[in-house]
Amino acid sequence: MTDQTPQKKQPGHWWHWAVLSILGLVVFFVPLPVRATAPTDRIIHINASRFEYDPAILKVNQGDRVTIELVATDVVHGLAIDGYNLETTTDPGKTARLTFVANQAGTFRFRCTVTCGNMHPFMTGKLEVGQNSLLWRAVAFSGLVMIAAVWMGRK
Amino acid sequence: MTRLQEIPWVEKVGLNGLDEQTQQRLQSPGRLNLYRLAWLRPLIESQWPQFLVRMLTLASFVFIIAGGLFGSLVGSHNIAIIFVWIAWWTALKLVFIPFGGRSWCSICPIPLPGDWLQQGGILQTGPRRFGLNLRWPKRLRGSWMQSGAFLLIGLFSAVTLTDPQVTGWVLLALFGLAIGLSLVFEKRAFCTYLCPIGGFSGMYAQTSPVEVRIIDKEICIKHEVKSCYQACPWGVYPVAFRDNSACGMCMECLRACPSDNLALNIRPFGTDLGKPKTSIRLDETFLALVMLGSVVTFAAVFTGPWGWLKSAAFEIGSLPWFGYASAYLAINLLLLPAIFTAAVWAGQKFTGSWVSLKRHIATQAQVLIPLGLMAWIAFTVSFALPKLNLVLGVLNDPLGWGWHLLGVNKFGGMGNMAGISTLIQVVLLLVGLFWSLSVSGKLPVNSESKPPRLNIPVSSFSLIFTLAMLWILVG
Repeated sequence: MTDQTPQKKQPGHWWHWAVLSILGLVVFFVPLPVRATAPTDRIIHINASRFEYDPAILKVNQGDRVTIELVATDVVHGLAIDGYNLETTTDPGKTARLTFVANQAGTFRFRCTVTCGNMHPFMTGKLEVGQNSLLWRAVAFSGLVMIAAVWMGRK
Repeated sequence: MTRLQEIPWVEKVGLNGLDEQTQQRLQSPGRLNLYRLAWLRPLIESQWPQFLVRMLTLASFVFIIAGGLFGSLVGSHNIAIIFVWIAWWTALKLVFIPFGGRSWCSICPIPLPGDWLQQGGILQTGPRRFGLNLRWPKRLRGSWMQSGAFLLIGLFSAVTLTDPQVTGWVLLALFGLAIGLSLVFEKRAFCTYLCPIGGFSGMYAQTSPVEVRIIDKEICIKHEVKSCYQACPWGVYPVAFRDNSACGMCMECLRACPSDNLALNIRPFGTDLGKPKTSIRLDETFLALVMLGSVVTFAAVFTGPWGWLKSAAFEIGSLPWFGYASAYLAINLLLLPAIFTAAVWAGQKFTGSWVSLKRHIATQAQVLIPLGLMAWIAFTVSFALPKLNLVLGVLNDPLGWGWHLLGVNKFGGMGNMAGISTLIQVVLLLVGLFWSLSVSGKLPVNSESKPPRLNIPVSSFSLIFTLAMLWILVG
C-alpha cells in the first residue's frame, strides 16, 4: 500500500518558526563589525573611455574626503554617483574634479552622464564606501533560507 | 479534421491521470473562474476588445520598426530601443508573465498576419485560406530551437539592445519569419517552436496565478467535434493541459466551447510547479538553464562595472567578442548543464532512487523556474528602473527628430532610486530562492509513491546561483 495519507501538522513546529524569526531579526538588525579608521583625504584618478572607467571599482572608508579626477580619453564623458547626487562632465583630454565626503556607507553605482556611444547607458562603475552590509545581510539571509528549507523539509 | 494524436507539446496525454487533477480542480476552493463573472464575461466572449488591443499593438509594432530603421541612431532617443527593451521588456517580466502567464502572446502582433492568411480572414474564417498547412517536423518539436534563438539573441545582445537599426531589422525578421512559417506549417509554428519570447513566457507562465482549464473532462470526451481544439490557433487541446506552458491565453477555446465547459481561473502562484512530470522533456530543462545562464551573463554585461566585458560584448567580430561568445556559450551549453546534472545525480545517489537520471533532471528542472523568474525580475529592476524616464522622452519625440508631441522640452530623471532599487533586488532574489527550495521540497526524490523531500544538492545549486546574482547586482 502506498503512503497516501494526508500529512498532519505536527504540534511543536511553532518553535522552529520562532527560532527562524529570531535569527532573521538578528541578521536584519545586528550591526556588522566595522574596522575603525580615521577619515583621510583620497585622490582617485579615473580615465574614462568609451563604456569603461579605469579604475571601475573605487574603495574608500566611510568619512573619507574623496576627490575624483576624471579624465576623458576619447570623447566627452560624465560621472554621476547614485545616492550621492553628484555629477560632473569632462571634455577629451581635460580633467574634471569632484570632491565629496563619503558619509554614506554601502555600494553605489556611478554612471556616465553624456551620451558617448551605443553602450553609454551601461557605462558604470562602483564606489564601495566601507562595508557593503546589504550584500552581507543578503548572503546571511540566503543561508538562513537554505537552513530553514532543510530543517522544514526533513522527514 | 481533428487530429488529436498530433497535439504538439504534449506527446503523451495521460487522460486517466487527469481524473484526480480534474476532481481536485472542481473541488478546489483556491480557484475563481473569472469567466463566470458577469461584468468580465462579455469582454472575453466578444472578440472585439482583444481585436482592438491587437490592432493597437500591431500598429505600434509597425511604427517601432519604422522608428528603428529611420529614426535617431542614438538609442536613448529612439522609440525602438526604449519601447522594446525598456518599456515592453519590463512590462513582460514585471506584469504580463508573473500575473498573466502567456497573456502577452494573446495580444502579440507578430503572428497576426500569419493567422489571418491561414484562416483567410481577420475575425472569421474566409472562403480562401492560404498556406500549405504542413505539420511541423517531429524532430524539431519541443523548445530546443527556442533555446537556440535565445542564445543567438544573447550573443548579439549588446548591439541589439543598443542599436535602433539592428532592433528594427530583428523585429522585421521575426515578423517575416512568422508570416513565412505560417504559410508553410499549420497553426502557430513560429510561436510554438521558434519564438524565444514564447519559450521564455511559456516556461515562466507556470508560476502565474491564472490558467485556462476544462471544467468537466467527461463533457469534453463526449463532445465529438472538439470545437476548442479546432478554434485554437496554437493547435492545443485543453483537455491535455497539465500546466500553462502551451496555452497562449487567446480565449478562443472559451468562445468556441458549446457547453461552457472551460474556465479562466485565478489560482495560487506557482500551482503548476512541484508535481512529478508525466513526460521526460529535457528541452524544458535546457531552456530553464539557458535562461539562468543568460540572466547571469546579461546582468554582468549590462549592470556590472566591467568595461572590458561591455566592449567585448559590443564589438561583434573582434577577438574579445569571440572570447565573450565562447564564454557565454560555454556557460549555457556546458557549465550550467554539467553542474545541474551533477547536482541531480548527487541527489539521486543520496536518496538511492531507482528513477532514471533523465526523468530526475526533467522533474528537478521545475526548481529552476521560480529561481529564474525572480532573477530576471531583479535584473530588470536593476537594468530598467533608472531608465524608465526615457519612455516619456520617446513618447514626446519617438524618432529623435526634435519633436515635442507632449509639449515638453525636457523630462526629469527617476530621482535617487539607488537604495530602494537594490533593496528590491535583494528581496526578489531571496523570494526566488525560497520559492525554488519550496518547489524542491514538493518534488519526489525517490519515486512517486514515497513522500517528497528537499533535494539538497539541487537546492545548493539554487543557493549558489542566488549568491552569484546577489554579487553581480548588489555586490
